[in-house]
Amino acid sequence: MSKQWQPCAGQDVIQLRSDLLGKIRNFMNERQIMEVDTPALNLGSIPDSNIDSVSTSLSLLGSKQSFYLHTSPEAYMKRLLASGCDSIYQISKVYRDAEIGRLHQPEFSMLEWYRPEFDHHSLMDEVKALLSTLGLDNAERNSYENSFMHYLDVNPHTAPLSDLQSLAGNLGLHEESDDRSLLLEFLFSHSVSPNLGQDRPLFLYDYPECQAALARLSDTTPLTSERFELFIQGMEIANGYHELCDVNEQRERFENENRRRIQNGKAEIRIDEYFMNALQAGLPKCAGVAIGIERLLMVLSGKQHINDVMTFPIKND
Amino acid sequence: MHTGLDMANYSTNEFKNGLKMMIDGDPFSIVENDIVKPGKGQAFNRVKLRNLKNGRVIERTFKSGDSVEAADVMDLELQYLYSDGDMWHFMDTNSYEQYEADEKAMSESAQWLKGEEMCEVTLWNGAPLTVMPPNFVELQISESDPGVRGDTASGGTKPATLETGAVVKVPLFVEQGEIIKVDTRTAEYVSRVKD
Repeated sequence: MSKQWQPCAGQDVIQLRSDLLGKIRNFMNERQIMEVDTPALNLGSIPDSNIDSVSTSLSLLGSKQSFYLHTSPEAYMKRLLASGCDSIYQISKVYRDAEIGRLHQPEFSMLEWYRPEFDHHSLMDEVKALLSTLGLDNAERNSYENSFMHYLDVNPHTAPLSDLQSLAGNLGLHEESDDRSLLLEFLFSHSVSPNLGQDRPLFLYDYPECQAALARLSDTTPLTSERFELFIQGMEIANGYHELCDVNEQRERFENENRRRIQNGKAEIRIDEYFMNALQAGLPKCAGVAIGIERLLMVLSGKQHINDVMTFPIKND
Repeated sequence: MHTGLDMANYSTNEFKNGLKMMIDGDPFSIVENDIVKPGKGQAFNRVKLRNLKNGRVIERTFKSGDSVEAADVMDLELQYLYSDGDMWHFMDTNSYEQYEADEKAMSESAQWLKGEEMCEVTLWNGAPLTVMPPNFVELQISESDPGVRGDTASGGTKPATLETGAVVKVPLFVEQGEIIKVDTRTAEYVSRVKD
């Protein structure tokens, strides 16, 4: 009889996941960070030129309504913060269309938490403490700029576009591009990130302005945003921001992302107006971070493929 | 049959091993396709490609969603007919269509062919680009010195020239005039063929 019905993850990894979630909840409880639950279905979403939402339609009270499955619980959690919640966390399933491979599944688990009054550095401290409880000690940190210069010998923020173009060409980027953000992403993913966090976890902070996403721009370090990521063994594990609270700037960025989507032949994403209203009402100054649970499990179990830490992943073949 | 003609481009989401495409004017075949996707960033296809003209492998990265010109390349099983000295002639045994391969396309393959073998021929824009002989061929030894018993210095083998001109090492007991089976991928003797 075919063994196709069996889970991909072995019993040891299924147990490891249970232990991991237990440790995360203990950590959050000790720090009085409250667990919350928000819906996966959302009428609007967060426009991102590089993330495709899964849409679905429901028959409700005699009419059809279309919804997005959330790509992260960010909008709903920020609405909770704006409504008066203090520190909160959530472990939820999130959905991203067309993402499948060694490190990707269209449905995966995300741990996300928010800390009022924190900035990105104090939140990195807290993520570091969480990593220590999981046996991943001595996380270090470096700026995006330093790392980039270390591996590519070019300054990501100030290098002329033509330098980035010729470097990208030499490293095998097929099509020429005059999109600075795209060139940086190619150079970073090709020559920098595979080297990061090989000996111990590494936080990279102060991302280029053009990759700010939902982070505030830095007042102190020109051309950067207060965004950080965590890398372990070359894998991107976490993404965090000192959160942007300015509703006008946020709307501008969303509209810009939607313009890029249309340029790339993708559907425009309906902006979540409830989220915009919450920002208008006032999001407290805070920092937030999202961690991919499966990738963390890959590190903890030594598995090389995301399918090996999931019970029933969608398979490529 | 020229399936390349009605789809002039491939999108990166169609990329898979074996897909044939044009890069810098040469036909290439994908040997490896990895998708690199940062959480918030642009996705890329990092691809290893083999140049079908010279076999060299290169690495290229494509922005996911871009498209690339398809190479009008296809593999056919063709029967080898004869060589006129300049060109090697092949025929599609279904359509009776004939093709001419030049010395470059033949490369090392010519030395294994005497006629009627079925070869895997890769056509680019309708002309043979590479020719692969059958994995095993059976050929007569046209010349080989008698083996000397006890000669271990040569590893128990001796050179033998085959009817097609190829030279392979054969065991000492194999004699001129015999037919042997050869693995064309390694150019190694496999066995004697009994009539």
